[in-house]
Amino acid sequence: MPQQQRTYEVMFIVRPDLPEEETDRVISTVESSATTAGSTVKNVERMGKRRLAYKVRKFHDGVYVLLTIEAPGNAVAELERRLRVTEPVIKYITVRVDEEQKRLAKVKKIRDSKVRQRPQTAETATGTEPEPVPA
Amino acid sequence: MADEEKKEVTTAEEAPAAAPASPASPAAPAARPYGRGPGGPGGRRPGGPGGRPGGRGEGGPRKFFRRKKVCKFCVEKIDAINYKDVRLLQQFVAERGKIVPRRLTGVCTPHQRRLTAAIKQARNIALLPFAARY
Repeated sequence: MPQQQRTYEVMFIVRPDLPEEETDRVISTVESSATTAGSTVKNVERMGKRRLAYKVRKFHDGVYVLLTIEAPGNAVAELERRLRVTEPVIKYITVRVDEEQKRLAKVKKIRDSKVRQRPQTAETATGTEPEPVPA
Repeated sequence: MADEEKKEVTTAEEAPAAAPASPASPAAPAARPYGRGPGGPGGRRPGGPGGRPGGRGEGGPRKFFRRKKVCKFCVEKIDAINYKDVRLLQQFVAERGKIVPRRLTGVCTPHQRRLTAAIKQARNIALLPFAARY
């Protein structure tokens, strides 16, 4: 029986002191190791360099990269192992997102059906109070 | 005046709390110092969530007026509490990086649960601090 495909987000941080092309190489290496591990890469997003909340391997900044993949569980384990041994990657996290997406879709569906029933009340509800922004 | 206050309390405590006894029973005023206690001597936390709608901070010295805290996520219909959304999560951690309890923020239990999970994920990927230095 084939293993179930699930959607994961793999976020990892590349060390900041590498030149641009070197960073790109690291990212493509991670991508290819994801595909060889048996997953399909859905999206790669470079979130750019940002400040870390705490020191990681003596770095204060890092280049954040978000990788969305569809993979069975053992492929994720393999990808994580590779990330661990990839020297320029200083931190990574894998989050399973398919359950959450399913839940959100469900909530949205319920909400939409409610909006259709009472379009006027929904409009007034969304129009009130802009989000207060903290200082 | 006393009547008004009592009404305020029963509405604030919500239905489940008032359900076992009749609303006018002495249980409601007795429960008040416990439930609303932190607002008084403790005062508002400096690092508390800035974006809390209708927070009780303004009503400090005034004794009998406390607005009901509402869950930000329910009110603004924020479904997804994502670990990447640092701006959102930051409103619910104190200055030192602690998660603010829902007793202070008014977030409902299901949302606090998701919020806590998201904050912990964000901490792991260095988006939020485990403990901020001062």
